[in-house]
Amino acid sequence: MPMDNIFGIAGSALNAQMARMNTVASNLANAGTVGGSEKDAFRAKRTVFKAVLEQQTKPSDVNYQGGVKVDAVRDDPSPVRKVSDPGNPLADKDGFVYLSNVNEMNEMVEMMAASRSYQNNVEVVNTTRQLMLRTLDITRS
Amino acid sequence: MNLIDRALGVHPQALEVRSRRMELLAQNIANADTPNFKARDVDFRAALADARQTALAATQPGHVREAELTAKDGVMYRIPFNVSFDGNTVELNVEQAQYGKAAADYQATLNFLEQRISGMRKALKGE
Repeated sequence: MPMDNIFGIAGSALNAQMARMNTVASNLANAGTVGGSEKDAFRAKRTVFKAVLEQQTKPSDVNYQGGVKVDAVRDDPSPVRKVSDPGNPLADKDGFVYLSNVNEMNEMVEMMAASRSYQNNVEVVNTTRQLMLRTLDITRS
Repeated sequence: MNLIDRALGVHPQALEVRSRRMELLAQNIANADTPNFKARDVDFRAALADARQTALAATQPGHVREAELTAKDGVMYRIPFNVSFDGNTVELNVEQAQYGKAAADYQATLNFLEQRISGMRKALKGE
């Protein structure tokens, strides 16, 4: 029965949105992290989603077919800021430290989007559960 | 078609198609943030027609009578109102509205089935 799959699909989406929330939390927590070189500076992370398609599912994952999974976590390519702070123990030989490229506004927007998507999928689960219960009651009338 | 199937009418197949539609909409909602995902939906008329037609004729005892509704029947890609940068054609508000409607449709079909079944019970009991 196709309705069983909905729980798997919505569950996979809840999982993916939670992973997205986690990366946002990590980005916000590291917004003030400084690095001693351009390479060491913290870069904001972004999750990239991918649909779970029929060809790629193992027999054990058949319930998640059509769902979503986290494909990759990529670094934000935008440049890192460089500020002069000679007193900082991490400063390089010219007295510069490298701030993270986290943009708090973007992260808040990302967080809102992730939590809305999460709520949507919770709603899908609730509706489906109610309908399944009603279907069970069909012979009782 | 045996007697009970005739009494229930088109509704069991309709329920099947409706639950498939809900599954597709759930997939769309789950993949609302997936790059290049294309939203899909069921053409209800085509899907129901397929569900009724593909029922195999049982000419021998031991034949399997009903055919399963295959996954591809009546499934089409949705044409989005707006284009998005990442190639995703899921529009969340559209999907939400359709999901609500699909849930209501499912309940309607359930109600029809319930009425048929309670009618049959009454006939059996002779009340």
